[in-house]
Amino acid sequence: MSELTAYEIAMKSREKGRPTALDYIEKITENFIELHGDRRFADDRSVVGGLAELSGRPVTVIGIEKGKETKEKVDRNFGYANPEGYRKAMRLMKQAEKFRRPVLCFVDTAGAFCGIGAEERGQAEAIASSILGMMGLKTPVLSIIIGEGGSGGALGLAAADEVWMTETSTYSVISPEGCASILWKDSSKVREAASCLKLTADDLKALGAVERVLEENGFSDEFFARLKSDVSAFFEEKSKVGTEELTEARYERFRKIK
Amino acid sequence: MGFDIRKFFFRKPKIALEGQENETSASVPEKAAIKCDKCKSLILSDDLESGAYVCAKCGCHMKIGARDRLKLVSDGGEFEELFADVVGENPLGFPDYEAKLEKARKASGEKEAVVCGVVSVCERKAVAFAMDYRFMMGSMGSAAGEKITLAFEYATEHDLPVIGFALSGGARMQEGIISLMQMAKTSGAVLKHSDKGLLYISVLTDPTTGGVSASFAFEADIIIAEPNALIGFAGPRVIEQTIKQKLPADFQRAEFLLKKGFIDKIVDRRKLKDTLGQILKMHGAAEVDYE
Repeated sequence: MSELTAYEIAMKSREKGRPTALDYIEKITENFIELHGDRRFADDRSVVGGLAELSGRPVTVIGIEKGKETKEKVDRNFGYANPEGYRKAMRLMKQAEKFRRPVLCFVDTAGAFCGIGAEERGQAEAIASSILGMMGLKTPVLSIIIGEGGSGGALGLAAADEVWMTETSTYSVISPEGCASILWKDSSKVREAASCLKLTADDLKALGAVERVLEENGFSDEFFARLKSDVSAFFEEKSKVGTEELTEARYERFRKIK
Repeated sequence: MGFDIRKFFFRKPKIALEGQENETSASVPEKAAIKCDKCKSLILSDDLESGAYVCAKCGCHMKIGARDRLKLVSDGGEFEELFADVVGENPLGFPDYEAKLEKARKASGEKEAVVCGVVSVCERKAVAFAMDYRFMMGSMGSAAGEKITLAFEYATEHDLPVIGFALSGGARMQEGIISLMQMAKTSGAVLKHSDKGLLYISVLTDPTTGGVSASFAFEADIIIAEPNALIGFAGPRVIEQTIKQKLPADFQRAEFLLKKGFIDKIVDRRKLKDTLGQILKMHGAAEVDYE
């Protein structure tokens, strides 16, 4: 679909001025009420979440928020979530399950935060619990990658019934830069790495890791209107599916990837 | 993430392990003595084997292959291997990956980074799997994830507990998104097993990091670690590069995780079989029928 190279798409996925998670929440839902905190340690500002209405249907929305201007980016830790971010997300997902609300996740992160505090507070355990929790969640869950889908930090909010991606987003086990420097010890091979990793929406759809590639249309009003109608239709369809059938299909979605 | 964290580990024992018939071991004399990298004392290979590859002087836990792990906790050192034929390919057509797989197969004597089997531990039956450091540092690709998933599915079907020996430098970069998806796939299989009320014991060995620590390794009912094992999400070198400061020596070690509340217990390898046997017994694991 896209004429851009994998590397160009990787650059675009991080570009300043792209809509971030809060923009998506504002554009496609109404009456967003943000809910804070993981009830254990802190409120991770890089993960936003809460209640909203989507075409009249109550939903739980969660997003990894990178922020826009420098000050806000720092406040949001540039979208690198800490363990408490994943724990907050799981708390809200369990709440959604209790009240039979569907869950909508917006993923935009270069990866989970890598640092002393994150390790001390169990980053691995937090992501593992989030994936495990999502795999068994007894309510529909849709994840949309709207920029960067960086490795386990992205998957922590993407063990969903379906994963959609906007056409200049990426989803990868490692960044092209990381791949070039670790595997080839040569940071100049970043373009080659981007292409080899098959991290574009079109490639991922072909590999079965993504169900839909969303045409961005310059992130116009039409883009958001169409997205709103697509997500609403998706939840309408999933609301008719029994919970056992739902979680079984979610398992099969990942089980078939060999 | 497959960064080279090998430099943080002790050198692998340069001796022939029992039952290993690959090139590496064939060229090494059987009665070799090796130096413990920690305390530098010499250990005879016989003593090393009877001591579960733990240095008798300083207690340093040497790295051991997946097959030896399963043998160490199995009655009579025997187990019935499962899913031996699952082999990985090159799903993305990644450059030079086939050659790396071939090298890993030679180095480990295994077809993939995971060995699965049905074990009998102190006469209690369980499904066990172990990851091999000699196979691309236990990185998780599609075949490794598939074998672990199959192990949980087999255990669910046969009402058996699972013992998993985690060891991994992280994801298999050459398999891109396919590697990442194994985290969700294995987690789904863990959940199905758990939902049936079955026991899963995870044993974290040196090192357990990346996509493996952020999935099935930390999803167990009981999490045991080997002494001094490196356990974390990001590897220490990546963290040091990110925060631009040196990490304390005990950071991300098993003892550190115990203190922080992320693991249940640290168990010396020489006592591991008995501990596992007792836990299995308390969960009503079926006794092995030797008839």
